[in-house]
Amino acid sequence: MASRGRLWPIPRRAWQLMSALLANSYWPGFASGTIYQGAGKNVCVPFLNCYSCPGAVGSCPVGSFQFFLAGPGQTVSLYVLGTVTGVGALVGRLVCGWLCPFGLLQEVMARPCARRVKLPGILLTLKYAVLVLTVSLPVLAIGAYGTASPYFCKYLCPAGTLEAGVLLALGNPAIRGMLGSLFLFKLAILVLLLILMVFVYRPFCRTVCPLGAFYSFFNAFSLWRLEWDHGRCTGCHSCRSACPLGLAVDRTPNHPECIRCLDCTRVCPSGALQFTSGIKREESVVFGRDVR
Amino acid sequence: MAQRTLPPGRGLSVLLLVVSALLIAAGAARGEIPELFQKAVRICLECIGIG
Repeated sequence: MASRGRLWPIPRRAWQLMSALLANSYWPGFASGTIYQGAGKNVCVPFLNCYSCPGAVGSCPVGSFQFFLAGPGQTVSLYVLGTVTGVGALVGRLVCGWLCPFGLLQEVMARPCARRVKLPGILLTLKYAVLVLTVSLPVLAIGAYGTASPYFCKYLCPAGTLEAGVLLALGNPAIRGMLGSLFLFKLAILVLLLILMVFVYRPFCRTVCPLGAFYSFFNAFSLWRLEWDHGRCTGCHSCRSACPLGLAVDRTPNHPECIRCLDCTRVCPSGALQFTSGIKREESVVFGRDVR
Repeated sequence: MAQRTLPPGRGLSVLLLVVSALLIAAGAARGEIPELFQKAVRICLECIGIG
């Protein structure tokens, strides 16, 4: 895996586009206002992508996890938990920066000035509260019939509003006929976020996304992570200037807020920042020095 | 012969990867995948903002 702002020879935007297109590649769904019902729905994708998007060919981990929690059995889905834990342990928030379709939308919407907007710390911690509520409410807030709702999907998720709500309603008159005040409430959240996306870099990922909050715990422990070589660093702070989130990358290369866009590794003139698993061939470090 | 060694600090990542594989296997063994499939192939009214 290369480390200078590219994964293999493919730039990040191409990865994002490929991921969004592949995850939503059931084209007939968009025209007919129906959803895919094939075997792909057995697979849980590692990013936020509503399974009721007309094009979705996989299952959303947040929706799926809540579905099991809110169901009659109120169980923790080991399958979904294992999937997101594995991805987090492998690459941390790289998924946010390279694969998430909703992350791509936020980047496309952002004006260049959005990168300079700093968010207050309290807003950055909001996503952890959303994560706690996403997991706890389906267990605690149980309705009269002994079942709960996937509350994050129902009241908040803007990806669901856009991908399932808007896109499905456009192609399906029956769905359009059922839209009411709850949809308008969710639509207002989506519109607010769409406006914010223009002026603030990735506002949803940084303040609301429960999956981003979950992956952020893994940044410091993931197999592939950023490593900063103190000896090579010239102190030019190019990495800090390049970071769209305004992080002091040389000080905390695996900060929980880092979405691993790897722009810092691309601009570092001395190669002091590397995205690496750290695994080396034994023969290349004989006599205590790297001879590759 | 070339061998790969695990660098310091990566043990926890590998442990988490093993745990995640076990979780996925346990979830599959108790029938979560067909259950998930049944949910995912129906239109989610909550996701849209109807239900």
